[in-house]
Amino acid sequence: MGGGDHWTESGRATGGLKERSVAQTRRCERAYQVRLANGVLGRYGLCLADWQGASFVLSNHKGASAVIDHFGALWAAAEAMTGSACDPLDPGLIGALASGEPPSGAPASSASSSRSRAKRRAVAA
Amino acid sequence: MTRDLVTVNVITGFLGSGKTTLLQHLLRDSGMADTAVLINEIGEVGLDHHLLERVDESTVLLQSGCLCCTIRGDLAVSMKDLFSRRERGQIPRFRRLVIETTGLADPAPVIYTLMAEDVIRHHFRLGNVVTTVDAVNGARQHRRHDESRKQIAVADRIVITKTDLADGRNLAALEDQLRRLNPSAPRFDSQTDCLTAAKLLTNDVYDPRTKSNEVARWIDAEAFSEHDHARDSTRGLGRALGRDHTGKRSNVHADDINRHDINRHDGGIHAFCLTFDTPMDWTAFGLWLSMLLQRHGEDVLRVKGLLHVAGMKTPVAVHGVQHIVHPPIHLPRWPDRERRSRIVFIVRNLSREDIEGSLSAFNALGARAAA
Repeated sequence: MGGGDHWTESGRATGGLKERSVAQTRRCERAYQVRLANGVLGRYGLCLADWQGASFVLSNHKGASAVIDHFGALWAAAEAMTGSACDPLDPGLIGALASGEPPSGAPASSASSSRSRAKRRAVAA
Repeated sequence: MTRDLVTVNVITGFLGSGKTTLLQHLLRDSGMADTAVLINEIGEVGLDHHLLERVDESTVLLQSGCLCCTIRGDLAVSMKDLFSRRERGQIPRFRRLVIETTGLADPAPVIYTLMAEDVIRHHFRLGNVVTTVDAVNGARQHRRHDESRKQIAVADRIVITKTDLADGRNLAALEDQLRRLNPSAPRFDSQTDCLTAAKLLTNDVYDPRTKSNEVARWIDAEAFSEHDHARDSTRGLGRALGRDHTGKRSNVHADDINRHDINRHDGGIHAFCLTFDTPMDWTAFGLWLSMLLQRHGEDVLRVKGLLHVAGMKTPVAVHGVQHIVHPPIHLPRWPDRERRSRIVFIVRNLSREDIEGSLSAFNALGARAAA
């Protein structure tokens, strides 16, 4: 992801993985990474956002956030934030991903969550 | 880039399995002329080498608390010192380093030190891991000692020693056990095979001349052990996806294949190869493998795969040991006619079906996201 040293990024360094059609540019690629990660993270009530093209910010409903550099650090941060295991072998997760049902309960992205907070304040007022 | 790095070979194996004897033999090979050696213990077999250093045991447990993610502080200090003296011209400019572990060593921290220590990973790179197995006592050691099983699971080459002292039946049982634990590692007989540096050490997956053959070997080895898949999948599964003798996929009752759970002797370790016809989404694969290793890294002893990445004409090879994944390797061409992803897993107490279903679901997520 963000960190060029991580193995998930190494393909780009050697030039080969740039060929894939889903990511013609670095920005597109990062947007794609975020979108894909959120397809999983949303099921744990978490959300990932790009941070200045250099790192990522992982956040939850309660407003907690953590900066992470790459996929290798993502899941440790996610487990720390949720306080529970994020297990790719969990039948519930596999079933949900396989069915393609959208995640429920995911926090909104940083921009939209600001709008949500403003809306909630307006409602409260 | 790897041409500038010092290649590190690890020679491991249980107590008395002949590591030092093998090392002594290999150091006479002309292909080992520019090699330094780090050993953990001075054994009964004397080593006479101009670049021989001793390492003392000490470990630094990282915050994760995982034993395999341990920086071997002693090893790191020894390697950095050796490299520093090399750069200052105090010792010959060695291009290869052989590390002989202790017989009771878990090899994972040694590999982790190479891959994760900030200074070391910029000057060294991991080459083949060679594991020696005692033909007489090996089977018993595997049953009793987790370290012994892990030494075999992480091996790129296995050398069976003392075969002249073992009877044929025990040797056959040992071979069967080794094939189940690590089907893709070539096995050599120290008594009858000509053991050269090229066969064991210098031909590896990062050498541009040999990487295609090495990756092809991962897959070939798995093909001839297809019959093991179904019984390897028996742990905790009512039904297993197997193959019949023609290689055609078929649903079979695990119990019909093998009522005797063979894995109980292997500490739950088993190997299998997954095949995916749909091209792999690289981002989805990275997300999935990172998540799998975060949660189950201690039980994923080895991953070796040839991936057909979506949008790429040539394959990408990935391999890792427990929580450690090596940089992916781009191959110039496919090693055979099959244009599909094949991934070999050596795992402990994880089911083939769960891993296959999980990776398929993540890949489907990638396909939907990319659409």
